Amino acid sequence: MADKPSQQSLDPSRRRFLKYTGTAIGGVVVGGVIGSAMSGGFKKNTAVPSTSPTPSGTPQEHLASDYNQAPMFFNQQQLQITEAAAERIFPKDDNGPGAAELGVAFYIDHQLASPWGVNARTYRMGPFVKGEVTQGDYLSIERHELITMGLNSLEETAKSKHSKGFVDITPEEKDAILTSMEKGEISVVNGITGKTFFNQFRTLVMEGVYSDPLYGGNKNMAGWKMRKYPGNQMSYITIIEKDQFVAMEPRSLHDHFVH
Amino acid sequence: MATKMPKVPVVIVGMGWVGGIIAAELSKQGTKVVGLERGKPRGTADYYMVHDELRYASRYDLMQDLSKETVTFRNTDKVAAVPMREYGSFLLGEGLGGASVHWNGQTLRFLPYDFEIHSKTVERYGKQKIPEGMTIQDWGITYDTLEPYFDKFEKLAGISGDSETNPLIGKRSAPFPTKPMVKTPILKLFEDATKKLGYHPYMMPSANLSEQYTNPDGITRAACQYCGYCERFGCEYGAKADVIVTALPVAQKSGNFELRSYSNVIQVLNDGKKASGVVYVNTVTGEQFEQPADVVIMASYVFNNIKLLLTSKLGKPYDPATGKGVIGKNYCYQTNGGTASGFFDDKTFNLYAGAGSLGMEIPDFNGDNFDHSNLNFLHGAGIRISQTGQRPIATNSVPKGTPSWGKDFKAKSLKYANSVISVSPQGSSLPWRHHYVDLDPTYKDAYGLPLPRITFDFEEQDRQLIKFVAGKAAEIMKEMNPTTIGSSDQLGPYNIVPYQSTHNTGGVIMGADPSTSAVNSYLQMWDAENVFVVGASAFAHNSGYNPTGTVGALAYRAAEGISKYLKSGGMIV
Ligand SMILES: Cc1cc2nc3c(=O)[nH]c(=O)nc-3n(C[C@H](O)[C@H](O)[C@H](O)COP(=O)(O)OP(=O)(O)OC[C@H]3O[C@@H](n4cnc5c(N)ncnc54)[C@H](O)[C@@H]3O)c2cc1C
Ligand code: SF4
Repeated sequence: MADKPSQQSLDPSRRRFLKYTGTAIGGVVVGGVIGSAMSGGFKKNTAVPSTSPTPSGTPQEHLASDYNQAPMFFNQQQLQITEAAAERIFPKDDNGPGAAELGVAFYIDHQLASPWGVNARTYRMGPFVKGEVTQGDYLSIERHELITMGLNSLEETAKSKHSKGFVDITPEEKDAILTSMEKGEISVVNGITGKTFFNQFRTLVMEGVYSDPLYGGNKNMAGWKMRKYPGNQMSYITIIEKDQFVAMEPRSLHDHFVH
Repeated sequence: MATKMPKVPVVIVGMGWVGGIIAAELSKQGTKVVGLERGKPRGTADYYMVHDELRYASRYDLMQDLSKETVTFRNTDKVAAVPMREYGSFLLGEGLGGASVHWNGQTLRFLPYDFEIHSKTVERYGKQKIPEGMTIQDWGITYDTLEPYFDKFEKLAGISGDSETNPLIGKRSAPFPTKPMVKTPILKLFEDATKKLGYHPYMMPSANLSEQYTNPDGITRAACQYCGYCERFGCEYGAKADVIVTALPVAQKSGNFELRSYSNVIQVLNDGKKASGVVYVNTVTGEQFEQPADVVIMASYVFNNIKLLLTSKLGKPYDPATGKGVIGKNYCYQTNGGTASGFFDDKTFNLYAGAGSLGMEIPDFNGDNFDHSNLNFLHGAGIRISQTGQRPIATNSVPKGTPSWGKDFKAKSLKYANSVISVSPQGSSLPWRHHYVDLDPTYKDAYGLPLPRITFDFEEQDRQLIKFVAGKAAEIMKEMNPTTIGSSDQLGPYNIVPYQSTHNTGGVIMGADPSTSAVNSYLQMWDAENVFVVGASAFAHNSGYNPTGTVGALAYRAAEGISKYLKSGGMIV
């Protein structure tokens, strides 16, 4: 790898990365955790001034507090596409943050690096034959492959339809591609249609929004807060019979271990 | 070659609800028992970090490792079966306590009608009411004979329930050991609505203790905290009855019980008439051991009970072509469908809180509690409301017409997160000649044995049943006055992908006739008097109730039979 910024700028993929990080064009990357963490990181080395305002504090603050956050599995482009697609599935709105800000892309990244990502506890003996719909997906490839190939399909489709990468197209264009995926109109890899990828991806997004923050998503328990879910509480004995709704500050498994 | 262990009077395959109860009963009486469990040991201390929906509910941390073993499935024998590669329709237990660790605790008794379903149907409607191919048969035992065993199981677990007996369910010889669970606002809505409609609601009998309880063995457990992490999770309080906090301490205290974990049984040694022991693999080292025993007890859940009998060539395999043979016959499931969801724009409930068996149910449309003369199905469903704790990954209900992702989905799923409740039928599943379990010709487990193969589908009977009870569920929901109702009365083909219930039954069924059943009313094999096959595998059909109340009763009945057998030998009558 080249080590000087001036040389890097000649490399188109490098330029695209700059773009994705939000340092080149603000606004495209919704103010997610990736945008701010990466632009911050890059800025340090390149001294490119940040033009994208980040909604949650300055990039430097993020960096300082988030040494626990980095990809375990994805490359940068995959992480960016994941964040952009996840945000369409669970977008930021008046209720609160969307998937991007909640760290869902990191959640997905971490899951793909986990035993789940390599199908550790699924039956893997052959032959792999495609059965009826009622017999389940045939899963000849592992989950991490399904997701990365799916992301690749999103990118390829965006390029062939709009001559731009998935991250750079408009929200409406993204939705149209995701809808075709959901309907199975875009095929991801032999036999595994976009539908399988989409359903798995959608499930991952919901998990990233609502699982305990220890997994990398649901940042600051903001996913739970939006739906007034109290997270991990020891007992509801005092409220279980109440007629009125009882809202409580959520607690995570972290809270469980530090008292 | 397998290392031969010293002979013991009793060896038990599987340490779930059934294995634990039998171990406790026999060892308490002074009989030496060895319990073999393929999974790891575990207990309450392992659930300190259990409020983790992703790990336990979405990733099935406590369930069987499917990389080693699973089942294969097909809807009909016209297509090839394929393996259930990841979890879906049901979740198999593994490790000390089996599925008792991560069940809900809904502990209902089957109806008197269930045990005599064939006779009673013929008596009331005539023989022609039973459609061609439906193989319902009597269980070889009556409710009244089984009643004392239900009572024993309920006292072991401390089941919480209403003090008054509902007129539409089996009579009780004693009240429930503990008071009912609390009646939350949504349960009250259901109670009012069903009473107004003239039905007979009652609190769901619960193995989540409503209050502190000391059982007849002197074991004291704490009350349920309504923590909302029950089904698929272990209970960190020991409030949920599982075999580790109830029966196993009794076995361990007796000094007559030896537990061997990481021991996967691969064969029942036998000469076709009697068993001489079992062979198991130490799953850590791969070493094989032979454990000789006077009595072999199969308590390894429906699928492994069937599979090991077939691979060990014990009992007559069922042949769907002739309807003859018994091992694998009458495989049934649970017919769930027809749920009515109510979305309330003006009400919020504390739905994040709840317990596995916090609920109410009406028996009015279960069993033969209603007239089937003009209906084209038999049996029925329990219709219920429950408040088990709406965890956020799994529960994101939105009104019909809402997309499943994006802006509108997000807004609606948040809006109704604490304002959607449902009334659900839990339907019976009746047996058919062409529904069965046998051995898969292609796929094997990690030890080289064939996987059990399920051939099963929903039938017209099930579709008609769901259509009927869906109407009742929607009627009740309407009476509860939500802003909008979502319901469907359609039942598709059986699909192994979505979770439905871990209520698999049959395959080694009980009865009075050796030509149509595999075990007698003590769960003793007709073809091998020193083998007892215990669990829901003995059910001749599945009722519109969760199975474990009846499984527990049968385990006590079997323990009694085994102890009689150890004294006198021969078939127990
Ligand atoms: C998520 C969930 C929720 C449920 N909720 C309810 C409910 O609310 N109400 C209800 O009535 N029922 C419920 N059930 C069903 C209930 O858990 C079972 O009916 C009950 O546990 C069956 O007891 P068992 O002893 O027959 O089998 P299990 O409890 O499954 O135990 C079988 C044991 O055998 C072991 N085993 C299997 N094969 C071998 C082998 N070859 N060698 C050695 N050991 C072996 C297994 O590892 C396991 O530990 C639920 C089940 C699940 C999974
Ligand atoms: S709901 Fe009750 S019984 Fe179930 S795990 Fe929580 S405290 Fe235990």
